[in-house]
Order: sequence, then structure tokens, then C-alpha cells
Amino acid sequence: MIEILEGRKSQVMVKGGADETVACDKVSLAGSVSQRACVFCGSRVVLYPIADALHLVHGPVGCAAYTWDIRGALSSGPELHRMSFSTDLQEKEVIYGGEKKLYAALSELIEAYQPKAAFVYATCIIGLIGDDLQAVCKKVSAEKGIPVIPVHSEGFRGTKKDGYRAACEALFKLVGQDKGAREKPLGINILGDFNVAGETWMLKEYYRKMGVDVVSCITGDGRVDEISRAHTAKLNVVQCAGSMTHLAKMMERSFAVAFKRVSYFGLEDTAAALYDVAEFLGDADILERTKALVREEVSRIYPQIAAYRKDLSGKKAAIYVGGAFKAFSLVKALRHLGMETALVGSQTGSAEDYDYLKEICAEGTVIVDDANPLELARFIREKDVDLLIGGVKERPIAYKMGVAFCDHNHERKTALAGFEGMLNFCREVHASVMSPVWRFAPARIHRYKRQNPEGCDADAKYAAC
Amino acid sequence: MLMQNTRPAERAQRTFISTRNACKLCSPLGASIAYRGIEKCVPLIHGSQGCATYIRRYVISHFKEPIDIASSNVSEEGAIFGGGENFKKALDNIARQYQPSLIGVATTCLSETIGDDVKFYLEQYRAGKAGFGMPEIVHASTPSYRGTHMDGFHEAVSAVVRALARRGEKHDGINLLPGFVSCEDLRILKSACEAFGLSCTILPDYSETLDGESWQEYQKLSTGGTKIDDIRRMGGARATIQLGTIGTAGESVAAWLERKFGVRNFALLLPVGVMQTDRLMEIFSELSGLPLPGQLAGERGRLIDSYIDGHKYVFGKKAAIYGEADFICAVAAFLEEIGMVPAVCATGAKAADLKQSLERLLENTHPGMQAIDDTDFASLEGICKEAGVDILIGNSKGYWLARRLGIPLVRAGFPVHDRIGGQRLAHLGYTGAQQLFDRIVNTMIEHQQNSSPVGYSYM
Ligand code: SF4
Ligand code: SF4
Repeated sequence: MIEILEGRKSQVMVKGGADETVACDKVSLAGSVSQRACVFCGSRVVLYPIADALHLVHGPVGCAAYTWDIRGALSSGPELHRMSFSTDLQEKEVIYGGEKKLYAALSELIEAYQPKAAFVYATCIIGLIGDDLQAVCKKVSAEKGIPVIPVHSEGFRGTKKDGYRAACEALFKLVGQDKGAREKPLGINILGDFNVAGETWMLKEYYRKMGVDVVSCITGDGRVDEISRAHTAKLNVVQCAGSMTHLAKMMERSFAVAFKRVSYFGLEDTAAALYDVAEFLGDADILERTKALVREEVSRIYPQIAAYRKDLSGKKAAIYVGGAFKAFSLVKALRHLGMETALVGSQTGSAEDYDYLKEICAEGTVIVDDANPLELARFIREKDVDLLIGGVKERPIAYKMGVAFCDHNHERKTALAGFEGMLNFCREVHASVMSPVWRFAPARIHRYKRQNPEGCDADAKYAAC
Repeated sequence: MLMQNTRPAERAQRTFISTRNACKLCSPLGASIAYRGIEKCVPLIHGSQGCATYIRRYVISHFKEPIDIASSNVSEEGAIFGGGENFKKALDNIARQYQPSLIGVATTCLSETIGDDVKFYLEQYRAGKAGFGMPEIVHASTPSYRGTHMDGFHEAVSAVVRALARRGEKHDGINLLPGFVSCEDLRILKSACEAFGLSCTILPDYSETLDGESWQEYQKLSTGGTKIDDIRRMGGARATIQLGTIGTAGESVAAWLERKFGVRNFALLLPVGVMQTDRLMEIFSELSGLPLPGQLAGERGRLIDSYIDGHKYVFGKKAAIYGEADFICAVAAFLEEIGMVPAVCATGAKAADLKQSLERLLENTHPGMQAIDDTDFASLEGICKEAGVDILIGNSKGYWLARRLGIPLVRAGFPVHDRIGGQRLAHLGYTGAQQLFDRIVNTMIEHQQNSSPVGYSYM
């Protein structure tokens, strides 16, 4: 039996069990193998898709090397974001300070690549050696005539969530910079979609059909100029609320741009999102067109889902993702497929998030914050699930346990948002759950036999264990 | 449209102060991989959380295996007041949750910079636990501002041997330090030893821990790896063979074992190709007193036969090899052996002696051959263009380079993030060379085929 560390017990709960609260916002236990990353990671993922900006990681080489082109955020034009730039600090800079190197690196890179703006990420070391990032950025900005924005993302200063916050602060320095831009009464900003596998493009197409102006996408397929006029929109439509709500709130305060939280995963949530926007803008034509769009898309997609549902109905899933919002949508989307969620968790959910999860999940569902591989494995086994939805770090856990896997992180190459995305999601889940290979997996053999008493013999022969 | 607007004039030498698309990784990554090659060892990265998570992700994407790497999760207070408390708590928690036989500590830039005295923490910790069963704990100092993943790898191996190896009783076995090679390579080395009847301690041996079978039950720590007891007995071995010693500073582990315990020391290039493998086989022969076993002779014979079948497709072709210094040196020697030109040999690490090393081990002089250290992928673009390179050989991070240059890439080394089976790529020994040779020749043929206006199905 895999033991749950004493210090972690409060971060796990079972719906219908004795203690129904999930403690969260805790720092990970020393010595645990957390699936969480750091502040820098949070900032980097949010700002990453801004394609015409320079992203310079100030610190030793690792932090930059591990984030080189790891996300599937696409650009329709420049692709500067896919380069990995590092000041690659060496011992002497760690001792004497890295400001000189930072200045030189920034200057040469801006010269060479002519970006529209530059983001400079502080990593752990910078917080320790005390480089004055602000001053260097200011100087280079004045010299080069572009915004050069420090991102205070020292890894040890909190969790990934603090990194989101730092990114929002950095973005806010751009918003409103285009002073001449005129207001767009039917304009919205898309916040918190990162154009993974072109998802932002799909959403933009929906809004175009509805007659809604998309002023800027923050940050999927992002552009510096667009972000500088984002304040002219009427509404911020916030997906991935965990990361972008802070920016939306700041824009509400300073520019009176309202905001709405949405999710584009699953038919239900996508339709709700589009209706929310249409209703907010209060334009009858837009509402009409939205209805037509939803009708058309749902009637196109729904019948195709039925086929998958037939196979998948009754199967059990486990969900472990970064943000709790994604988890909500997934629970609902799985229900459409007739699948039940037996375990759900996130790296960074809040207390309200977990309350909401509890509401939408069935009795007996395990809800967990900041799980480690051992715990995930244990619950997968205990709950006897057929599928795990997670990211790259979770995949091998599922596979070793003979369980199907669906990648729902930002590395994926398949669009899962919007109506079309639901179909892709079904395909992904179906392709893995229904694969015949599981019958060879030792962890699954017994179960497979139970379900298929007449099944092929291959398993029996090799099931020595 | 690929990366348009991002193309400044590239020059032949690295002229940028910044690193653009690094061709190296950070030290704790190398240390963690080495530690995972020891039976029931949990790597503990002492620093803040992000490093361990990023490193796990990176390593998992190559091996496609669960890899538990713990972090001491040093937070803001720790960064200010020292990470000792976190560190000790981490040791406690790991010991409880995993019951490891060894905890391998690697320090990050953070803990190194705040000056955490890990040695002292360990003394305190051990004193506090006297009498209780404790795992062995080994510490490698691995700040990334001082070296790359290769330094981290060697540092960890060295730390383990120095901490555990004893004089002990003399025995017939040998020590084999393979360096950072693939899981398949480790299996090739192992079976060669077996064929010679040599009992051999390979350190590290992640051939099973990082390339295991499908499981019946979840394993806290995957099975396999070098046994702690075998490491202890390394001081009594007949000989140590250390592969791939280029680019390592200071006294090697093999040299240390020789100085401390009088264990004979053989240092060798990574055995890629017929000639380099022959050298290793000669040593095995000498140590075992046996001629080349039939199975290996057969592999060698087939390899040579295939060299002849394929030689025309590669002759005179220029290759760029990039990655770790010992990897590129070994592959350069192999390319020369099959008639190709190692036109660009590049590493992101600092290796001032790379050029001399290459000149020493290559038979011919290759006018215009570029040996470049401390470089990155962005700089390599201009360099490869200028050199008129036909093919790239190296890890999958060269994908963009290949794509922009319009030339094929043969994936080799670490990491391979865009294919399955990176851990099963073979490079070493006769069978490794066979696989590598086939891959290179077939890649050249396929490239020609694809660029032929009419195509062909017969060569
Ligand atoms: S801080 Fe150092 S150890 Fe951590 S990821 Fe960056 S380079 Fe690697
Ligand atoms: S050094 Fe800090 S910022 Fe960089 S990866 Fe590690 S925790 Fe994150």
C-alpha cells in the first residue's frame, strides 16, 4: 500500500467521506515529488505565445533550456516566441552580478531580432544576487524605443499561481499604451487561451461569425500592438481563469472593461461561453447569429459523438490537470461520453474550486490537491480507472499501470477547445481507451479476463505474473 | 513561414553574449539520471521546486518512464535563512515514502548560491539518526553556472563511488563506467561482458530502471540498477574501464580507484564503430583471457559486410555532429571510419581542448573541419550553412536546425523528444554501430528519394 504522507493528508478528500474539505494553497512538502512547477513556469506559460516579443530568461541556462519550444502555442506570423534566449549566467556573474551581461544580451538581441517588446524573466538566482532588473530594463527601453518589461518570476517566491500574477502585472504594462486607439463597443478580448494547436483561431472564427470584434488575444497568437489596445474592448472573456483573472480585474479597475469567466472545453461550456458574450454585448443580431452558430455546430458534432459514447459509456476516468477550471469542464465533457470521474485533482486549485468540484462529482470521487506520482498511482489502482487525463509528467504513470491516457496540457498538438475540439477530445480518449494493447499489460490482464472470459489466449500465455 | 522575422545574419562564430537555443542542459539533470541508475536510489534535488519538475518532465519525455525526482522545495524563507530545515525534512520524507537504499543529492544553482553547507547538514542529520536504519546519502555539488548536464552526471558517479567503494576483498569482476549512453547501449555492453564471461559492475545502469517492462503493480522505485553492494566492492575489482572521458575535468573515478585501491585503469573513447569497439574487445579479451566470442565476431562480420553494401551512399558526405563532447568525438571517429566527413563538431559545453582531442583521435586531417565548443543551436545554423553540411547527427533538439537547413537529421544521443524509443537507440559496440550505420545510410537514401523529381523504388 502506498502511504500518503502525514503532511499531505489534508490535501486529499473523498466525496461523501468524513472530512470533506481539501486544503490547498500549501507549498509542496519537502522531499515530495510534486507535479508542480515554479513561479517562473507560471509566468513563462502565460507570456509565451506573444510571438513578436523577445523573451529573455535571465539566469543559468537550465530554466531557459527546459522551456524551449515546449508548448504548442501557434502563431500566424512571427515566431520569435519559439526561440529560447538565456543570459546563461556563469560563476563570475553569480558572484559579481549579472546586470552587465543582461544589458549586453538585451541590447544585442533587440538589435538582431527587432522585437516589438521584450520580457525579461527573473529566475531564482536573480532574486539572490540582487540584480536591478528594473533599472536595466528601463535603460534598454529608453535606448531601443520599445517596452522592455521585467517579469518578477523568481522560482522560489511562491507557486505557479504567483507566476501567473507576475505575468499579468507585466502584461498590464502594455495594456493601454496605444493611446490613440478608439473604443470598440462590440469588442472583446480573449484572455487565457494560448492558441495551442490553433484553438484561438477557432474561437476567433466563432466570434467573427457572431459579429463580435476580437480586439486582442491575450495571449494566444498574441501581438504587442494588439495588447496595447486591449483597453478599447468592452469585455474580457477569460478562460483559464486561474491565470488571467488578475489581469481582467486590473483592466476592470483602470479601464472599466468588464470580464466574464468562461470555458471552451466541451459542447455545453463552449455554447454557454458564446451565449454569455452575446448576452453581455446586448445586441439582438449578435444573439441571433450566436444561436444559429451553436445550433449548427451542435447538430453537426453531436451525432458524431454518439458513436464514441457507445464504446466509452460506463468507463471510469481520473483527471489530474494544472488548473481546476479545466477539471470542471472535463468532468462535464466526460459525462457527455457516459464516463464517470473517479478521481479529480489539480496542481493549483483554490478552496472554492474544490467545493465546486465536490458539487459536480459523484459520491465516492477522490478530490486531491497537488498530488504526487505515488498517490496518483494508488488512486488509479484503487479506483480501477480506464483513463487518465493529464500532462506529460502523468503519462508514464498511466501507461505503466496499463491505463489509457489523454494529454490535456499545453504540449499537445490536438485542438481540444470549442465544438470541433470536443470531437477531437472524443477521438483522443477513444483511441486510447479502446486500443487492444491494454490486454497485454500485466496490470490489466486480470481485469481484461474478467470482462472477456472468452478473450484471446495471448494474455493467458504471457501472464506469468 | 517557419520562424520568419527571426533570422538575423548568422556569422561563423558565436558572436552573441546570450545563449540562443541552448545545446546543453543543466547539471542536476545529469546527476539525476546517473542516480536513477543505482538500485533503489531516489535523486533529491536540493533547491526550489521548479528545477526538479522541469528536469523530470525533460527526462520523462525521452525515456517515457515514470521518474521520481524529489525536491527539497526551498521557498523564500529557505532562500534567505538557508535550506537546511527543508533539506532534512526532505530526507525524512523520502526515507519514509520510498524506503530507498540510497538518496542521491544534487544541489541547484539556488542552494549553491545561498551557500548551503550540505556536507554539514548531512553530518547533523546522520548524527541525529544514529542507530536508526538509514539509507546511504551521497551528495554531488552541481551548480549549473559551473558546468553542464555531463558535469552533473560525472559528478554524481564520482560522488557515489568515492562515498561507497571500499578496498574490500580482491575479486575477479571488473568495473565499467559507461558514461551517459542509452539504455540499449548499456544492454549491449552488458551482453558483451557476459559473452566474455566477465562479471562486471556497470555504474550507472539505468537500462532497466529507465526502460522497464509494463508493470503488474505500481512500483515506488522501478527495479534494476547497480547494486549498492556491488559499488562497495568496486575497490576490489581487477580493473576499471571508463568510457568517454573527453571533456571531464579533474581526476576521473577510474583514476581515483587506481590511486586508492590499485585497481587497473583503462580509459577509452565511447566505442562507436569497428575500430573503437575493437579496442574495447581487446581489453575484454585481455581481462578474460578469451578470444572474441563467436557471437560478437559474427556481429562484427555483418557490420563490415554492411559497411561495404552501404559505403557509396555516404562517402564524402559532410556531417554536423552536436551534443556532449565525448559523444561527438566518438561519432566523428566512426564517421571517418565509414568515409564521411565530420565537418562540424559542436558542443554547448565549454571544452577548450575539443579541437586537440579530435585531431588526436582522427586519422585524417579534414581541412575546414569546425570544432566548436560553447556554442548554441542558433549559432550552428550559420556554421553548418557555411560548411555545406549534408546531414545532422545528434539529439532531437537539432530538429529546427535540420528543418531550416533543409537537410536530414539522424537522431542520436539525448534527448529524443519527438520520437518514441529514444532509450532504445543503439550507438555502442558492433550492434550499436550497425544500427547507427543503417540509420545514417537509409536517411541519406530517403532524403535523395524524397528530393528526386520522379522518385524510385529500387536503389
Ligand atoms: S536554476 Fe540551475 S539547476 Fe535549476 S533549472 Fe536553472 S540551471 Fe538548472
Ligand atoms: S531556478 Fe527557479 S526559476 Fe528556474 S526552474 Fe528552478 S525554480 Fe524555476
